[in-house]
Amino acid sequence: MKLLRQQIEAKTGAGTATLLPEEPEDMWHAYNLIQPTDQIRAKAIRRISKDMGGGAVTSQRIALDLTIAVTSTDFDLASNELHVAGRVVSENEHVKLGSHHTLDLELNRKFTLEKVDGWDSVAVGMLAEACNTGSRAEMWAVVMGEGIANICLITEHQTILRNRVEVSVPRKGKGHMEQHNKGLEKFHSTLLGTLQRDMEGAKRDAQTEKTVPLLLASAGFYAQAFLQFVKEYAVRSGNKFLQALVPSIVVAHSAGEHVHNLAEVLASPACTAKLADAKFTRETALMDTFMKHMRLEDGRAAYGPREIERAVESGAVGRGGGVLLISNTLFRSHNLAERKRWVALVDRVKDVEGGEVRLLSSLHESGKRLEALGSIAAILTYPLEEMEEEEDEDVANGVHANDEEMII
Amino acid sequence: MPPKAGFSRAKNVGYDEDDIYDDYSEEEYAGDGEGEGTSEEDKEQMAAGVIKVREALGSEYKVKEAEIQDALWNYYYDVGKSVTFLKNKYAPKAPTPAKPKAVSRFDQAAGAADAKTPTSTGTPKAKAKTRGSADGEKLADSVEKLVVETKVKSKSLNVVDEYRNCALKRVSNFVVIGHVDHGKSTLMGRLLYDLKVVDERSVDKLRQEAETIGKSSFALAWLMDQTPEERSRGVTVDIATVPFETEQTSFTILDAPGHRDFIPNMIAGVSQADFAVLVVDAQENSFQSGLKGQTKEHALIVRSMGIQRLIVAVNKMDTVSWSKERFDKVRQATTAFFETASFSLKNITFIPCAGLTGDNVTKRVADDNADWYSGPTFLEALEASEPKARALERPLRLTINDVFRGSGQNPLSISGQIEAGTLQVGDVVLALPSRETATIKAIELPDGSPADWAVAGQIPTLHLVDIDAVHLRLGDLLCAPTAPVRLVKSFTCKMLAFEHVMPQFVDVFRGKQQVTGLITALASILNKNTGEVTRRKPRIVKPGEVARVRIELEGSAGLPLEVGARIVLRDGGRTVGAGLLESYT
Repeated sequence: MKLLRQQIEAKTGAGTATLLPEEPEDMWHAYNLIQPTDQIRAKAIRRISKDMGGGAVTSQRIALDLTIAVTSTDFDLASNELHVAGRVVSENEHVKLGSHHTLDLELNRKFTLEKVDGWDSVAVGMLAEACNTGSRAEMWAVVMGEGIANICLITEHQTILRNRVEVSVPRKGKGHMEQHNKGLEKFHSTLLGTLQRDMEGAKRDAQTEKTVPLLLASAGFYAQAFLQFVKEYAVRSGNKFLQALVPSIVVAHSAGEHVHNLAEVLASPACTAKLADAKFTRETALMDTFMKHMRLEDGRAAYGPREIERAVESGAVGRGGGVLLISNTLFRSHNLAERKRWVALVDRVKDVEGGEVRLLSSLHESGKRLEALGSIAAILTYPLEEMEEEEDEDVANGVHANDEEMII
Repeated sequence: MPPKAGFSRAKNVGYDEDDIYDDYSEEEYAGDGEGEGTSEEDKEQMAAGVIKVREALGSEYKVKEAEIQDALWNYYYDVGKSVTFLKNKYAPKAPTPAKPKAVSRFDQAAGAADAKTPTSTGTPKAKAKTRGSADGEKLADSVEKLVVETKVKSKSLNVVDEYRNCALKRVSNFVVIGHVDHGKSTLMGRLLYDLKVVDERSVDKLRQEAETIGKSSFALAWLMDQTPEERSRGVTVDIATVPFETEQTSFTILDAPGHRDFIPNMIAGVSQADFAVLVVDAQENSFQSGLKGQTKEHALIVRSMGIQRLIVAVNKMDTVSWSKERFDKVRQATTAFFETASFSLKNITFIPCAGLTGDNVTKRVADDNADWYSGPTFLEALEASEPKARALERPLRLTINDVFRGSGQNPLSISGQIEAGTLQVGDVVLALPSRETATIKAIELPDGSPADWAVAGQIPTLHLVDIDAVHLRLGDLLCAPTAPVRLVKSFTCKMLAFEHVMPQFVDVFRGKQQVTGLITALASILNKNTGEVTRRKPRIVKPGEVARVRIELEGSAGLPLEVGARIVLRDGGRTVGAGLLESYT
């Protein structure tokens, strides 16, 4: 995203920013930035009906600049389109004040955003991040099993499921070996075809010559088998695209064929080496640290809105290792008071306590894991006592459990 | 409606005022216009209808052709209604008087099988629809199809009675579990070889092949591991299902993979088993790594999926020269683990054996060092294991374990274990989650012999018609259309935790079927034995604790689950817990 003009007063946060989205991912940033009650100005096409008198009505489509007060936003992940609905707040000769309009934000078309209540620290942070075009990691990933595969595109802020391939592969058994092999062959060629279409399409859209690396992940050796197939096919067909791709393929181990199995893959050494600094690998590592503390039950991890507020209150998320993990869904809340509550919390941790704040994208696996925990969690600097009350009778029960049937 | 109507429409050009409707309303039109004489299509429909009604009625009803034609005419060729009408009319002639409830259900099912029609009076719309699926399409298709259709003829057997009368051998399925490389496949290969299920020649051939790649000790395992991947890497990947028979019992081996990556396949095997054989390596190092690894995980999965009976085969005794001391040590360590895992020890038998040499598998040990052992052989222990009680009277439940092309005549076949109920040739079954129905054209037993029916516990191959292969996937459930299973999207279950559990994403396994789910709430920690709530709203569930949790499934399909269903929860390649379904919404 290119920042064309910025007029934000540091003190009050009042002001506007004019932005030009350039890459598909910028739409996702815009979606996170634009809140209900914000005012947004962009080029719109609107059909204007005119009463010519005597019952005759003519209508024509006019391109005009419209400013609307946002009431809702709608982000279509698959097509990467952002629709912003609202009411017109600046009158012009064609459109009446207060009439409804839905703006379709597009790539390479600028828009101006103004926050009625001023830009808070989180919004300013998001803006800075959206405009940072420095390091952009991107890769394709295929998480697969036997007869099933998910094709994903992983970018700095999103993991997008682009396609899912399912081909039934008959199992081994008396005399069906040939069917098994045939099924596998069909699965591989279907998967490769789909993958190739996806990757080439994306490459065309992005208009780059750069080959995006590909990650193949599976349990067992399904991924190796597929890599073998790709290699053979690339040689046999002489396909230039595939031949360029083959050297950039990484094979990794995952537990299963689901998209959420990517979390583990992204944390694996094979990937961290390739994507050393990508935001999502750091986030994944942080979530793992959090989980580790939870498992150790050393009291240095907490999750859930109320618990976290209490922890921040008592100064446990501060200097020396305190990390607040918060999902960006909380800031997309349509309830303004809710948003303010979280902004205040973030500000407090950052400015008063001196802890680290991490905004996790809800479109990544680490963010999804966080969402399961109530969208907010923290690694604490010291254990909070009252949060865990031990009950030892339970353990005692387990020991002499043999003579009785367990309930499950 | 699918565009299959094209054929009959072309024939019906004459009824032009009806052209805008599909052919079903045209048929109705034809039925209404009684005085107008019969068209060619009517005759065709009538002929087909008569055949169907005859099938549905079975041989005990002696009904004249004219009567059937009349009934069909009156009910606008609705086979189901005609059958009901005729059955009521000629009921006294039926040889079986006042059937008990179970019987009537089978009869009903058989009736439904042929007509695919609810016997209650439907609205005209429903009528058109059922006709669409039952008659319309097929009539419009071709005569060839009609011939196929007449082949699928239900004998309307009372399968439960048939089963009791024919005194079949006891059916018993067991799953073979244990850590990778502890010799599961080799032990099973040895068993088959010694029982002469496989002949000398094919084993010799495998031996030669194995020797050429320098893995001669794998020859017996290759009886189980048939794919090139499995053979070149020397690990089992997928369940091998192999039947064999002894004098009293027909067994089915479900040889599970030991490698941790293939636990989903292993779970599919466990869901079909009556009891389990846990293979452990007698050698110290390998035994210890197993106890930390899949010996433990497999045993826990088996336990939490409701299997009580366990045979522990202490394998590779030849490598520790049949040392009693070593056997006792293994027994002790394993027993200690079973106690913590709440197995009841009276259901566990320990057998020392050696799969590679065949000692104490089917015959006693030859080695003098083994004098101390006087217990049963492995095979004797298998025979001493009682299979689970079979729920014959309950509605049909069958989990699909494989979908394949049986042969040229049977383009679509499935196999899997019947968990409950019975089925017979001609039955209509409902596949979930696709909600498509299929008709059973033929049944094949594990040994390859054809059968008219099959009952719970057996693992038959079913040749299906009237369904497309895309609607059947591994792990899907076949059930009786009269008593289907609900597709559940969120449920509460009691969960035994194997690992730390927090609100998190998990893979929910029901046999081979697997859906991503989210543990949304940890409701309470329960007392293991009494089920009382000991703590509400825990933040984390520790390994070994039993908790009540709420799980929501992702996606639109859901899982076919019933109260009391057993599920396994996994995350990131580890089994985090096992659940018993309590309630669903």
